Amino acid sequence: MEYRLGVDVGGTFTDLLLIEEKSGKTYRSKVPSTPSDPSQAVLSGTQAICDMAGVSAANLSFFMHGTTVATNAVLEKKYARVGLIVTDGYRQILQVARSLVPGGLAAWIIWQKPETLAPLECTVEVPERLDSGGNIIHALDEDALRRELETLKKEKVEAVTICLINSFANNAHEKRVGEIVEQEMPGIPVSLSSDILPEKQEYERALTTVANSAVRPTVARYVQNLRRELRAQGMAGQINLLRSDGGLMSSEKSEELPVSLLMSGPAGGVSGALWMAKHAGYENLLTLDMGGTSTDVSLIEHGTPRLTRDTEVGDLMVRTSSLDVKTVGAGGGSIAHVPELTGALRVGPESAGADPGPACYGKGGERPTVTDANVVLGYLPAALLGGEMKLDVDAAKKAVQTIADALGTSLMEAAAGIIDIVNENMFGALRLVSVRQGYDPRDFALIGFGGGGPLQANAIGKLTGSWPVIIPPAPGVLCAYGDATTRMRAEKARSLSSRLDTAEAGELVTILEEMAWEVSRELIEQDVPEAEQEVQFEAGVRYQGQGFEVVLPFALDGFVDGGLARLAEAFHAEHEKLFTFRLEAPIELVNLRVTVLGKAANVRASEIDGGNGDPSEAKTGTTTVWMDGMEKQATLYDRALLRAGDRISGPAIVTEMDSTTLILSDHVAEIDHFGNILINPAA
Amino acid sequence: MTATIIQENTTDFEQVDVDPITLDIIENALKNARFEMDATLFRTAMSPGIREQGDAFPLIADKGGLMLAGQFGSFIQGFLNGFDGTIEEGDIIWLSDPYTCEGAVSHANDWLILLAIFKDGRHVGWSAMFGHMTDVGGMVPGSLPTNAISIFQEGIRIPPVKLYKKGVKQDDLLKIVLHQCRMPEWAGADLNAIVAACRMAERRVVEMCDRFGTDCYISATAKLLERNRRAMAQLIETSVGTEPVSFEDYVCDDGRGFGPYKIKCTMWREGGKVILDWEGTDPQSESSINFYLNENMLKMFFGIYMIMVFDPQILFNDGFYDLVEVRIPDGSLLKPKFPAALSCRTHALGRIFDVLGALLGQRQPEFLNAAGFSSSPHLMYSGYDKDGEWFQLFQIGFGGIPGRPFGDGPDGHSLWPGFTNVPNEFLEAYFPLRIDRYETIADSGGAGLNRGGNGISIHYHFLQKGTISIHDDRWFTYPWGVNGGSPGMRSTKILERADGSREVLPSKCDNIEVMAGDVLVYDTWGGGGWGNPLERDAALVAREVRQGLVSVKGARAYGVVLTDDGAVDEAATAELRTVMAKDIKADQIFNFGPSLDELRERCLAETGLPAPVQPVWRQGA
Repeated sequence: MEYRLGVDVGGTFTDLLLIEEKSGKTYRSKVPSTPSDPSQAVLSGTQAICDMAGVSAANLSFFMHGTTVATNAVLEKKYARVGLIVTDGYRQILQVARSLVPGGLAAWIIWQKPETLAPLECTVEVPERLDSGGNIIHALDEDALRRELETLKKEKVEAVTICLINSFANNAHEKRVGEIVEQEMPGIPVSLSSDILPEKQEYERALTTVANSAVRPTVARYVQNLRRELRAQGMAGQINLLRSDGGLMSSEKSEELPVSLLMSGPAGGVSGALWMAKHAGYENLLTLDMGGTSTDVSLIEHGTPRLTRDTEVGDLMVRTSSLDVKTVGAGGGSIAHVPELTGALRVGPESAGADPGPACYGKGGERPTVTDANVVLGYLPAALLGGEMKLDVDAAKKAVQTIADALGTSLMEAAAGIIDIVNENMFGALRLVSVRQGYDPRDFALIGFGGGGPLQANAIGKLTGSWPVIIPPAPGVLCAYGDATTRMRAEKARSLSSRLDTAEAGELVTILEEMAWEVSRELIEQDVPEAEQEVQFEAGVRYQGQGFEVVLPFALDGFVDGGLARLAEAFHAEHEKLFTFRLEAPIELVNLRVTVLGKAANVRASEIDGGNGDPSEAKTGTTTVWMDGMEKQATLYDRALLRAGDRISGPAIVTEMDSTTLILSDHVAEIDHFGNILINPAA
Repeated sequence: MTATIIQENTTDFEQVDVDPITLDIIENALKNARFEMDATLFRTAMSPGIREQGDAFPLIADKGGLMLAGQFGSFIQGFLNGFDGTIEEGDIIWLSDPYTCEGAVSHANDWLILLAIFKDGRHVGWSAMFGHMTDVGGMVPGSLPTNAISIFQEGIRIPPVKLYKKGVKQDDLLKIVLHQCRMPEWAGADLNAIVAACRMAERRVVEMCDRFGTDCYISATAKLLERNRRAMAQLIETSVGTEPVSFEDYVCDDGRGFGPYKIKCTMWREGGKVILDWEGTDPQSESSINFYLNENMLKMFFGIYMIMVFDPQILFNDGFYDLVEVRIPDGSLLKPKFPAALSCRTHALGRIFDVLGALLGQRQPEFLNAAGFSSSPHLMYSGYDKDGEWFQLFQIGFGGIPGRPFGDGPDGHSLWPGFTNVPNEFLEAYFPLRIDRYETIADSGGAGLNRGGNGISIHYHFLQKGTISIHDDRWFTYPWGVNGGSPGMRSTKILERADGSREVLPSKCDNIEVMAGDVLVYDTWGGGGWGNPLERDAALVAREVRQGLVSVKGARAYGVVLTDDGAVDEAATAELRTVMAKDIKADQIFNFGPSLDELRERCLAETGLPAPVQPVWRQGA
């Protein structure tokens, strides 16, 4: 009965990975996604992979799932009609937002302001007021509230959000308003800002809580349906969903807190990459997850992915923890074009998507894409997906020729240019997560996965100087590995504003213990016994007066003795690393965060057979490629036949069911015990 | 007098061929570097004006000082012309006096840092950034005295000096300057942040030289400028006529009871060149509303407006500068003579944008935007808190974006790039005040097919005795509508005393004492409307009434009548629209509202303030 199933729903495919916990033996499967109801593919895929392994759903102890249901609801703006209740005087909180018009000078001329997430006509005010210390200035007027709720009923809202000014300091009014809403509007889900994000900044807190309400019905429907069907198949184990921060939560919890699922998809990739790379012996990593329309990158230091406090999806930016994944609109389907006025070569953000797709798919696409450029250069062999799909090389050439004509270059130069530009865009994204955060990319290995990552990773490694470049086995289903191998997680944050030099360590410890107990209980409710829990503490710290804090981990043990001073020194050092200077100014502690994690999955990656270093048995032929400005002969290999210890000299192309790896000239790839391809510059 | 740049390595740069792809890569890398400058600044600055509101502007320039990435255009040439000294590797220049740099910065609150970038001993470019300091000393907290009559009253003026000499920080110099400021910690931290941002850009430029070769980088920057010039030349040819067009607009008053002040510009094309002639602009003011306008900065404003209005895809840099000629009369409001006061130049700066927009749109009204929130109103509040500690708030306000061909103007937003409001919960936690109300003003956006954005109403409830200063405009003249759209509402400032009395405050004032319990109702103005309001979807008007953005009465400006339950009364609406259609001037390009004479006549009755007095110019001015 000890099987873990990881399921990752992507735009095109739903990837499944079944792991037998004891042996680490894996089964993998890929079924077409069913965008209208993603659970169909999840359920049929579950059935298929169980059949493949000869087990039944009853054998699954864990079902772990990365989902883009919440993400897509945001991208497609399929929101519930949310009613918002605010403090008197603040009805237009979402309408005014932060007053920011994105872009440069005069960008207002062409900016399209998105609709507010809770319609303004569904936003009502309630007389009440707290000061910033949480003291009551005006009591809550319950009669007035009940009158205002009539408006929300008339507007037929499907979910209600409550966000009152200064509620981060005292949630009493929000709680009472919530009770009255539940009395007056039974059956309507209610979200309180003091539950979802008990932190200063009214707009961000309101927006995040409204976002939670807006996707709640969609996510709840999906999760409930999935759970019902799995139970019907006899699955009795835990059903968990992957959060944006790379942890898991129970499916029931996810119904209450769907805003934590917005980056669930990319989080699976990062978690999977980390798990695989750890086996290969690398804990400092840049991840490169390249799909059809976009590419996600992130940074992992000492085996811990960087977290960010802001989660951005489409034009929505909410304040929830997520893995610090940057997305660039550059993928295999990105379209290359040359604007007439400037004559510059541009790639993306427009994408040919899956339909019609790149010209080489032969489905009617005519515009040149990154994939077409790869075909023209000979990097993509004529058959994709294990031979199911033939590529139309002539169509690709015809498409890329339009770029060559516009630039006045040869066909091959144009194709190479497209690849160079798209690599540069990804390099830009990788800089955001590395150099801009004070990290030198040369101290990291680069792991490339997703459909297109293995093709570009070697070239991007040259730009960043990140070696080795790692191509994990089954790079197309790596997200499912992440889903299957990560841990349960819950967290809680609290706003403070106290100076480090005058704070009482003893008082802080009391607060932290209280918070830790709350979070621990939350996980106990999700069937994670206290004995299996690991608690982590973080502090948000800044120089008094600054607007952004630096997040620092610390230990509670021994905190009373000099913990504050240690925190101060760690902050000075981190500030200097990030921004080149430190200040004499007093240091302010602005928030505390407690994270509780469940036990790590005890799953080993399966090992492959060792060879004699000579890959010739895996060789399937040679092909002509354009590389370094000339034609060259590249060797083709079948990845399934490669053995541990095999060494491959570039130029070479390694093919497998769901992906193609390109090894450039003057580079050498070595296969490790777990089947990872490790690419390094030739000595 | 010009600056001398000392290079240890004087080898000439070699002109090399740059392939188009490398060129694009360098362009992207420059843009990334510029955004890294912003990120560094916002994360390390301390004053709310910079770190929350974003009042700072980055720049990366080529070795000649032309902007490659940034948004306010290059002011480096102006500085180089005014600096009589040497610049060598490791030097960092600091300045704030507009008169020493041809208006590279336009008031003394803006501190400018300039860093010459060297690679292997050769000068390869510049990084620079200026930011608005909350206080630089002078006669009022915030250093923006409304009634100053000379720049000597506006705080410390820093001529171009070296903050770092060959890498060594000049601590005594810094100490002297910070000693003049009421908020030395903020100023010191903000200055550090600006220097760190410039260093970030320096590092990126040097890395690019390493990666592509210095000659390649230098050749590429020239090509990038050339590429922009080519595109702009074509755009100018097609969108600016040889017939001169003129437009004039006003700054309502000078804070001393005189006004309005006219700003006039005439534009035409001679061959491939655009002339922007400000002849007809009023002479300089005796108070601080003068705007020392740098010609190159104006070229950039013009260029970016052209690009945004006609073709937003064009790469934006200084390459087109020789295609534009700017003529500004000496001694005018836009080129005042030393030592004229300059601190409150924000109103004229804003109005320049309305004038440029109107000039460019006149020949092609379909591209024309209405008049907008073309200023940044300020509130300053300072005093001692309950613990006896000095506090000083400088806050920038926002209002209605104008109605646009593109759609409605957003309500209560910023026309300035990157500016955001300060969260009220932050204000309440760090300053002795409460924000009782924070909303946009129904009907304040001008009616139109595309509605002008509403202005904002902020109710500041003061909790400690202190003094306030206010800087705003458009209280006397209206933000105009276009193509049949109506003007937006004007701004007002009302102080409701704790004792129940009520005072109308002038749009520009200093040293107003407030007591605990007083409430300042700070209303900004709305954007003008675009297009015929009778053509606006009646159902949308009804929805905006439910939303509180338009009142039931305000809906009538669109010819829309609502039933008691808020639905569109179709019959009454059709009837009203027929009647109104006779009077509406749908083909009128500009609607300024009443004439200046009418405005004067009604001023006291409508605004509660006396009309400004027509200024009399000094002889020879």
